[in-house]
Amino acid sequence: MRHGRWRFLLAALGPALALHVVFVLSPYAQAFYLSLTDWTGVAGAAHYVGVDNFVRLGGDGLFLDAVRNNAVMLLVVPAATIAVGLFLANMLSTRKGSTAYQIVYFFPQMLSLVIIAVLWGFVYNPNTGLLNSGLRALGLSSVARSWLAEPSLALPAVMAVIVWSSVGFYVVLFRAAIDGIPRELFEAARLDGAGEWATFRGVTLPLVRESVQVAFVYLGIVALDGFVLVQVMTVGPGGPDGATEVVGLSLYRTAFTYGKFGYATAMGVALFFAALTFAVLALRWGRDREPA
Amino acid sequence: MFSWAVVTALPLIWAVVSSLKTDEEILNSPWAPPSSPRFDNWARAWTAASIGRYFLNSMIVVGGALVLTMLLGSLVAYALARYPFRGNRIVYHTFVAAMFFPVFLALVPLFFVVRQLGLLGTYPGLILVYSAYAVPFTVFFLHAFFRTLPGEVAEAAFLDGCSHGAVFFRVMLPLARPGLVAVGIFNFLGLWNQYLLPLVLNPDPDRYVLAQGLAALSVSQGYRSDWSGLFAGMTIAMLPVLVAYVAFQRHIRAGMTAGAVR
Repeated sequence: MRHGRWRFLLAALGPALALHVVFVLSPYAQAFYLSLTDWTGVAGAAHYVGVDNFVRLGGDGLFLDAVRNNAVMLLVVPAATIAVGLFLANMLSTRKGSTAYQIVYFFPQMLSLVIIAVLWGFVYNPNTGLLNSGLRALGLSSVARSWLAEPSLALPAVMAVIVWSSVGFYVVLFRAAIDGIPRELFEAARLDGAGEWATFRGVTLPLVRESVQVAFVYLGIVALDGFVLVQVMTVGPGGPDGATEVVGLSLYRTAFTYGKFGYATAMGVALFFAALTFAVLALRWGRDREPA
Repeated sequence: MFSWAVVTALPLIWAVVSSLKTDEEILNSPWAPPSSPRFDNWARAWTAASIGRYFLNSMIVVGGALVLTMLLGSLVAYALARYPFRGNRIVYHTFVAAMFFPVFLALVPLFFVVRQLGLLGTYPGLILVYSAYAVPFTVFFLHAFFRTLPGEVAEAAFLDGCSHGAVFFRVMLPLARPGLVAVGIFNFLGLWNQYLLPLVLNPDPDRYVLAQGLAALSVSQGYRSDWSGLFAGMTIAMLPVLVAYVAFQRHIRAGMTAGAVR
């Protein structure tokens, strides 16, 4: 049984490790160095410039737009998605026929973001789109807008699509957590005369807190991205006038349109630290609120 | 509850219905059903708009990457779960840590690594990169699974004179089938829906995968105002995912959320 053990381990781990080192680990490691250079893609022409790239980022108007938009998304998207998800999960847990609803809610989660972006590009189309023609049919022509072309509406329109596509996943997640709560607790609350809202606040919410925390971390990562929707759906992309610019888009354009690879990588490093900070804060916030 | 179901389903139904309408019907009566279903939109999208070619490219790349990912991922997960050796934990964490890094960080160096290897815009290049980025999740998922399998069967096979490789392929893999199917479905969906990696690593329009093709189509058909063709292309792109979802929906929802709670 000992015979050939190491040979097997080598054969089992070797190819995957090689692939991992070449295509995953080495790019991540190189990124930290490249972010400190002025590399433009020509071999041998990279100069070490220290933190220059990061200083420049602080004065780059479009990049700051992107940071602002990602920050707004970070505040709005998780809160809105979790609120809708919790509300629906709570409703479903007390009513019949809920599986069918979950199946429908979950489906957008399956779709490629490109499909979602193209689809919603149509929905938002000012003339023929589902949204405006629906509003007109309801006699609300005055509400109809050019959703993706107005600076104040474009970002909310993008965020609505993210919420639309994510809610189903969190309904299923929260529903599983709510179903794990012992029935007696709900019955006790009812005997004490608690209404639906009081039961939700007093019983459900504290007991699904851990799932909400997981949701927060996941959605935060989603909110720090947004690249595909913005790149496919918005004017420019990233417009109008930087209104939907996100860090991922800035990075992509800086690297693959303008060829400023060192500067683009610095954006990636900034994004990495933003994600890291967010994850640490979200997890710590969860721990601090742990009952003593 | 019901209204959210409408909000979720309506845009999707609208897209499918629109794919069967004429351009005039789409422009003039967006909410009305087609007067007669126009399946020639689908045929036009499939051939003239190259959706068929993109579909084939996606199948080649995703198929290759899926096989490679499952093979490498299950080997690594099995070896790490069943063979204690010095450095075992380090290797495990080396793989799993990669799941938590944003891909954007690696994007620029990755482009140059792939270009240096002469793999830019090739099927093997995409397959290798897709696999490299799908293996960590596969290892993470299957590692837990292999740990729960009983060791006695493997020992009996060793006594019968099986080699380590034979025990893995003939005994452990069949035992792990439920786990392999679950992670296989997730990997299929994840790989099929890839956009960022092919966008950067696959610049040749002849080799576009479906997501790239659809994005390009939405620009070009938009100029040509071939709305029905575009809706048809989008519907075709949605179909494989819809089929997978209908067939496995319970497993998909259970498995995905199980991964989140762990």
